[in-house]
Amino acid sequence: MQYHAFVIKYAEIGVKGKNRYVFEEALVKQIRRVLSKCDGKFNVTRVAGRMYIDAQDFDFNETVDSLKTVFGITGICPAVSIARDSENHLPDVDGVAKAVIDFIDGVYPDKNKTFKVKVRRVDKSYPMDSMAMAAELGARILDAYEEMKVDVHDPEILINVELREKLNIYSEVIPGPGGMPIGTAGKAMLLLSGGIDSPVAGYMVAKRGVEIEAVYFNAPPYTSEKAKQKVVDLAGVIAKYTGKVKLHVINFTDIQMYIYEKCPHEELTIIMRRYMMRIADMLAGESGCMGLITGESIGQVASQTMQSLICTGEVVTDIPVYRPLIAFDKQDIVDISYKIDAYETSILPYEDCCTIFVAKHPVTKPRADIIRRHEELLNEKIDELVKVALETDEVIEVKR
Amino acid sequence: MEAYLDNSATTRAYDEVADLVAKIMKEEYGNPSSVHHMGMVSGERLSQARETIATSLKVDPQEIVFTSGGTESDNLALIGVARANKWRGNHIITTKIEHPAILETMAFLEKEGFEITYLSVDETGTIDLDELKNAIRKETILVSIMFVNNEIGTLMPIQKAGELIKSVNKDTYFHVDAVQAYGKVLIRPRTMNIDLLSVSGHKIHGPKGVGFLYVKKGTKIVPICYGGGQQKGMRSGTENVPGIAGLALAAKKCYEDFDAKIKKLYDLKQYTVDSLLERIPDIKINGQKVNEGAPHIISVSIKGLAAETVLNMLSSKNIYVSAGSACTSNNPHVSDTLQAIGLEKDLLESTIRISMSFMTTKEEIDYFLDTLCSQVSNMRKFYRH
Repeated sequence: MQYHAFVIKYAEIGVKGKNRYVFEEALVKQIRRVLSKCDGKFNVTRVAGRMYIDAQDFDFNETVDSLKTVFGITGICPAVSIARDSENHLPDVDGVAKAVIDFIDGVYPDKNKTFKVKVRRVDKSYPMDSMAMAAELGARILDAYEEMKVDVHDPEILINVELREKLNIYSEVIPGPGGMPIGTAGKAMLLLSGGIDSPVAGYMVAKRGVEIEAVYFNAPPYTSEKAKQKVVDLAGVIAKYTGKVKLHVINFTDIQMYIYEKCPHEELTIIMRRYMMRIADMLAGESGCMGLITGESIGQVASQTMQSLICTGEVVTDIPVYRPLIAFDKQDIVDISYKIDAYETSILPYEDCCTIFVAKHPVTKPRADIIRRHEELLNEKIDELVKVALETDEVIEVKR
Repeated sequence: MEAYLDNSATTRAYDEVADLVAKIMKEEYGNPSSVHHMGMVSGERLSQARETIATSLKVDPQEIVFTSGGTESDNLALIGVARANKWRGNHIITTKIEHPAILETMAFLEKEGFEITYLSVDETGTIDLDELKNAIRKETILVSIMFVNNEIGTLMPIQKAGELIKSVNKDTYFHVDAVQAYGKVLIRPRTMNIDLLSVSGHKIHGPKGVGFLYVKKGTKIVPICYGGGQQKGMRSGTENVPGIAGLALAAKKCYEDFDAKIKKLYDLKQYTVDSLLERIPDIKINGQKVNEGAPHIISVSIKGLAAETVLNMLSSKNIYVSAGSACTSNNPHVSDTLQAIGLEKDLLESTIRISMSFMTTKEEIDYFLDTLCSQVSNMRKFYRH
């Protein structure tokens, strides 16, 4: 079947009242962005609550795969689209019937199927109404293909016929990622490690239309250049959906060593994470991010018990900390990681700063007051070390 | 300052080699199979290269098959001999500390129905000749032993192994993986009873993607890739003339003034080992004694330090070495060689390899030693146990 158009479905945007055009504009912009990298000529139009893509000389699979990365799209419907004639008329009933019968032949070589025809007559000047048209087309299909049977309740094929500025015929709906278009919410700062969870957390928040900045805590020489490249690659996974990710690489070694020297070793991870949150918070403030994002999930590791989450969360007070995975099981996170193609990168075996200095028995039920008191042991140099870390922030623009 | 001490991974090409390769690619790009003048010129390059390589081993030029490198040479030797001699027997012998190009090919042959015996090694990485002798049977068609181990530099008793193999079963072929040895050791296949010998170009300051397999005349072997029938059908595919010419030139240069260069390399190795032992407490040098092992490889375990950390630190100072064993929290792959020599568990992850070449200078070694020594105690403070 030679498709040459797509009908794009979107759900939540449709109910946004007077702001709807803002969301639709953002969606069009994102669709144009991904299509600009595909082979072919595309024309994206938005008419009366519908979005269409006319396509020429394009690669079907490449185009669909790209559209699947656009948040806000719930369904991608490959369509046949027939323009009005020179007198601005849509095809008459014979013409529509022929187009529908050809469409079925092209898409479904096996005719032994149940079907239903659904007609939308948006152009009210069209002589037949939707019901009459659907009945007529159904009859013509039955005449044309005797194996086909009507089932109006649970058809195997739902043939959509739209009488609009053009005649559109489609049946298949390829699921899109859902969510909201990028650029409709704001920006947030993702704490990105090399693991499985944080890229998934970033993806999930991005899916709500949020632009992503990320921060990675680097600990050379304990972590390698390959570990850093891995994080750049993971930022690239998110950038595939958001277009770009600004990645901050913070040299954390001196801070980590200083904590190691001064504080009880079983509290190392908690105190380290408090400083990561603080630094991420400062970076967020500088770049207008309206929240932090972490991949934490209750009880997954010692630093993610509810007690630990109090300790690591309390240092950020001015903006929310979004933890989209908080109630997810590991396997659920892994499933999403697979789906977004992050998994293979996430499991590459490089040390990250969190795995380097772990105590044998880290505290699992830290008390914030005690942690705060032990943090005072760092008073002498810590502010200076944090300042230097922020000053030596390496910014990498990861684009897709 | 920079110190490139990862020459067992790969080497810098000699300037003359790089120039020659470029010249041939730009000016003498004919196909040696073509019958016109440019084809003849390339064909001449090819036979000169074959001659040069053969001379370095004191063998016949017809016994050299050019390949894409060490891995292909090993694959051709093992698979080619195994398949051609299957009717005689299905038993093959190798060692536990071979390069993956051997071990993985053996695993493949095992699936094809061959029985493989893996010889153990002592704490220096050397095989036991009695064990070898007892392993050889009537149906043993092939023994494959590396000349120099790539991780700890052990120099295997190839001469003795060759004599032994032929005295127990004269029909057993002897393959030697000489990727780490060629250019650093004098190799005489004929007097060493070697039937097949693998060599790679980029380990001897030649180009990457080119190597050769010596195949003794009369050896029963079948090709593993088929096509236009080049190199007497043993290795189809248009010959990589620039690479092959570069490889031959590199080989020639390696064996020029050989004794003096090798002595210098041993001196440098001795100096490095002595300095390490003197300047860093709690370290262990793995493998044979300095003058008994290969002249260019040093394996050192630094107690209480992760090799990866040392590598990263050195890399940030433009010093390049490699880890004996890639081992991180989520990848518990431990080196077969280091395990086979019975290295203590806590040293497996703490082992680095320093590998030198004829281009290595004392200044580079000093820069490496000074940098490592100045950082060791600091890094040891933060080792994860």
